[in-house]
Amino acid sequence: MTTIEAVAPRQYVRGPRRGPITRLLEDERKLALCLMLPTIVLLGLFIAYPFVKGIELSVTNTSVGVPGKFVGIENFKKIWTDDIFHIAVWNTCLYTFVTTVFKLVLGLWLALLLNRHFKGKAFMRAFILLPFIIPTVLSTFAWKWMFDPTFSVLNWMLFHLGIIHSRINWLGDPGLAMISVIIVNVWRGVPFYAISLLAGLQTISPELHEAAAIDGARAWARFRHVTWPLLLPVTLVIVLFSVIQTFADFQLVYVLTGGGPANATQLFATYAYQLGIGTGLLSQGAAISLAIFPILLLVVIVQLVYIRRAETL
Amino acid sequence: MTKLHRRRVLQLSGAAAVAATSGGLAGILASGRAPAYGQTMTVHWVRWSDFVPASDTFLKGPYTEQCQKDLGIKLTVETINANDIQARVTSAIQSGTGPDIFYLLTNWPQLYGQSAVDVGDISEQIGKAQGGFYDICKVVGTMGGKWIGVPYCVGGGLVAYRKSWLAEVGFDGKFPSTWDDYRTAGQKLKKAGHPYGQTAGHTFGDAPGWWYPYLWSWGGKEVEADGKTVVLNSKETVESVKFAVALWKETMDEGGLAWDDTSNNRAFLSGSISATNNGASIYLEAKKKPESYQTDKGEPMFKDILHASIPGGAGGVFNEPGPFTNMLMQYSKNQDAAKKFLAWAHSKPVFEGWFKTQQGYTAGATKVYEDDPVWNDDPVMAPFKKIPVTGRMAGFAGPPSQKAAEVRTKYIIVDMYAKAIQGMKPEDSVKWAHDELVKVYGA
Repeated sequence: MTTIEAVAPRQYVRGPRRGPITRLLEDERKLALCLMLPTIVLLGLFIAYPFVKGIELSVTNTSVGVPGKFVGIENFKKIWTDDIFHIAVWNTCLYTFVTTVFKLVLGLWLALLLNRHFKGKAFMRAFILLPFIIPTVLSTFAWKWMFDPTFSVLNWMLFHLGIIHSRINWLGDPGLAMISVIIVNVWRGVPFYAISLLAGLQTISPELHEAAAIDGARAWARFRHVTWPLLLPVTLVIVLFSVIQTFADFQLVYVLTGGGPANATQLFATYAYQLGIGTGLLSQGAAISLAIFPILLLVVIVQLVYIRRAETL
Repeated sequence: MTKLHRRRVLQLSGAAAVAATSGGLAGILASGRAPAYGQTMTVHWVRWSDFVPASDTFLKGPYTEQCQKDLGIKLTVETINANDIQARVTSAIQSGTGPDIFYLLTNWPQLYGQSAVDVGDISEQIGKAQGGFYDICKVVGTMGGKWIGVPYCVGGGLVAYRKSWLAEVGFDGKFPSTWDDYRTAGQKLKKAGHPYGQTAGHTFGDAPGWWYPYLWSWGGKEVEADGKTVVLNSKETVESVKFAVALWKETMDEGGLAWDDTSNNRAFLSGSISATNNGASIYLEAKKKPESYQTDKGEPMFKDILHASIPGGAGGVFNEPGPFTNMLMQYSKNQDAAKKFLAWAHSKPVFEGWFKTQQGYTAGATKVYEDDPVWNDDPVMAPFKKIPVTGRMAGFAGPPSQKAAEVRTKYIIVDMYAKAIQGMKPEDSVKWAHDELVKVYGA
């Protein structure tokens, strides 16, 4: 027999009084705003404010300790006719293009190797990140010693191997100086590409490769028709980040050559620093820094369009 | 009634103890700061990392203690790389906070003069008491008649050379005094595996320190005395560039295009080069470590080093001295204490203590130190005494203005020679440099 117990109606108990903060957080829109606030503040302080300040400086004639007056595009006109600026533009484009190509090819190659199964795989993956982890200034000082005109360990090695008979002036010859800074940038950047592309490779299902192999596709065909199309969106994002970083590179060149010899390795950032900090011409330094912006914007737009296309394919 | 919390009561009662002798409690509260004699006076002094490390050790040790004892000031001496000082000054001025005093090199005071406290009272007093400042110190330390810093000392370069190697090529106990002799000796030295060594790279001290005096010695100059009319593209300058190209190939270590300020020190001390224009740091280092730096005969290297002026040409014999100036910054909240410190630091008994540790690496900013016993301690160092009087500043024949600093910082004169050394026609490299100067001076 089923008994039904008579339940006395529950008496309404008033919950604890909600404070204004609780009430605020219960509103989804306000909660979202609160959660986004730290990011907005950080972006505002460290990205938006310096950017706006840079624009403001570039249209004045401010120098260190002297508030400037509005001069319109005078600073941009001045750098437009500046030979050293022209050299810096060419050098930056060349430096970015060559290093990006090498970093991509070598990074992809390394990623494909690391994606295989072998003993000590985990250790090797951690080990190759070393160039990327070591502070740039520190590793560049080590390279500076290796390229030293008098005490170069590279020259010593090549000489004792009988490959060279007189020393190579790594940082003193304009062409070799550019090659040297490119080598160091590639050495430092390849691990970033390799690890990021490895992450992309691991998202590709092995079944696709197996299916292609059953259909008779050889290694190259599998890479071209399976791996590469699936890896392309990740690759484009990595290249985008890398181009932005390389375009604004400073530490490496500043430590290795200071932009010399005779501006052979002068980049946007080193020249902006030289003028803004070395000479105190803050407005001209800001104008040079901002001159990177339209070029980078164009690169970013082109790449984002490609990424969208690649994703919708 | 206004609520009075426990902490507030404690704050007020503490302040009340000193209120009777100051502006009263209201005054203290309004100022928002503790009464002056309740604070420890502090001064923060940023300097370069000295090429004579013993001087930095002295400043951070006995000197700081003496300052506390004499003035009751807690002195903080911070030493940083010379190449980083300008970045530090710029950020300090723009943010309105930073060290109270900067120890500035060469003509940098001219870049930051607008942000400096007028220290005319101290400078005039020091100059009067110590036989007057050298002209270069005054030119760099003043702006429009206002003292923007107190000149401290004068550094500069002379050619350090290996006397035995020079003797082997016919210059026994002397150094070539003309460019032709310098070239002849250099050709023989390079053939013997002992080239000269000089930088033509982008580095703050040694590169301009060699190429500016080289230009002047040929009679070349950047501008006329008006500081506006650019006259670099002259027969003298072109001749100097042509000769420099030949010198570089026939006599120099060609790796110098990539050298920084420390490279020639290392090259000399390792026995790779026979002569280089530099401060006295090479000799002082070799003297400090006779077991580490030896000649190929096993003798201490310092005994084989002498100093000489760079050779002269039609224009004369020059060097580019590096005056050092202490600048008190306008944003400093410790200006009274900093002024007391400056007057103390530049007074003769205190300065002499530091000057001794330099062993002749720098000369004084005032003429009284020409008679200092430091110049009798070691005859090899004696030639550095003349640096302040045989020098010119970048921007000659104009003043060492901001424009001159811009040209120097952009390495235009250095690059004029570097470009020609790399293969550009001398006439073209001079024209390039001239045009760059016109852009700077014409702006």
